Amino acid sequence: MSDIIDARGLSCPQPVLITLEKLKTLNQGQVVVLVDTDTSRENVLRAAATLGWQAGDIQVEGSEYRLTLKKE
Amino acid sequence: MSAWRDFFASRLGIISVGAFIGVFASLLQKWGNPGNMGICVACMERDVAGAIGFHRAAMVQYLRPEIIGFVLGAMAAAFIFREFRPRAGSAPIVRFVLGMLAMIGALVFLGCPWRALLRLAGGDGNAILGLLGLVGGVWIGTLFLKGSYNLGRNQSTFASGGWLLPIIMLGLLALRLVFPQIPDKDLSGIIFYSVKGPGAQFAPLPVSLAVGLAVGFLAQRSRFCTMGAIRDLVLFRQMHLLSGMLALLVAAFLVNLILGQFKPGFAGQPVAHTMGLWNFAGMVVAGLAFTLAGGCPGRQLFLAGEGDGDAAVFVLGMLVGAAVSHNFGLASSPAGVGPYGIHAVLLSLAALLFIGFTMRQKTS
Repeated sequence: MSDIIDARGLSCPQPVLITLEKLKTLNQGQVVVLVDTDTSRENVLRAAATLGWQAGDIQVEGSEYRLTLKKE
Repeated sequence: MSAWRDFFASRLGIISVGAFIGVFASLLQKWGNPGNMGICVACMERDVAGAIGFHRAAMVQYLRPEIIGFVLGAMAAAFIFREFRPRAGSAPIVRFVLGMLAMIGALVFLGCPWRALLRLAGGDGNAILGLLGLVGGVWIGTLFLKGSYNLGRNQSTFASGGWLLPIIMLGLLALRLVFPQIPDKDLSGIIFYSVKGPGAQFAPLPVSLAVGLAVGFLAQRSRFCTMGAIRDLVLFRQMHLLSGMLALLVAAFLVNLILGQFKPGFAGQPVAHTMGLWNFAGMVVAGLAFTLAGGCPGRQLFLAGEGDGDAAVFVLGMLVGAAVSHNFGLASSPAGVGPYGIHAVLLSLAALLFIGFTMRQKTS
């Protein structure tokens, strides 16, 4: 069961802030981030990569994205 | 399409866009815009506010087509790349007030962050304190962000809601076309013009509009944001947006050198004053307001173009802030700060701290 971070509707830089906060507490595993703009999608993936988290599955659901982040 | 999307999200993409803005800002000065003001979102919105009579400062009245182009260019990019997302409802009154305060601070310094860079690229040493103030304001803002400052979530809304600001911009463009400037007159129909001063200096309409559309398109794609550049460096040690901001500075500097527009010094710089403390403090106010609102003035226009109604409210706040600044003697002039400019800086700072300290919410 992955942790889910709901960053939908939040403006910059909140999606990145709450994602990084979560990733730093976990350090490894799998996290799902929900975002609803392309800017948030790019920013979250870019920030996660700096901590060594890779983008796994990216699902498009209507106007929303479901980003799966993974770190071994 | 996907290759273009990836390019604009890359480091090279943001650097290219910053360089594009820097080159064309310097060229716009060559083509008629005021000194070190090829593009200045705050000054240009202030001029728009003057053109439609929100304030009557005779020197700064012109319906700047660049502003219209920024919104419409961003909207075109958002539609082509399927990113038009009508959304609204994240504390609009707060965003309106933040827009007002941002404009009040920017007009004490005499420029938005873009113009601070362009002033430096033109040799205006006063811009250094303005940029330091911007960094200081953004840094204070990041402390609030770390302390759970948050204006809450927006919601998706009707497509027509996202169209409203772009439609207003089309309306302004129609006014500009229906009521062109009449030589030596300050009024054409219902639109005001400047007979002298910065408002009387402008590039030809098609040129201004074309550059505005191109910048709007590219900046929407690359998410170019000068406040975000400093914020991301402070908060996340990320250089992505900052590299675009630096590219703007370097490109404008090089083009200014080539065109003979680089004139180093402090006194007598175009549309600037030498009161260092207030150049600094004005931009602390502006930088903090941008950070609490999530974007510099340019970015707010591009967000509004992609359907963000909250960013549109910030833009309207800036227009009203320009009116307040000039009607109440808050705005600076080349002679120095306005009669109530210092009061305005202190009160604005107090208002921003009030917003920052009282609007906190845990989201996760």
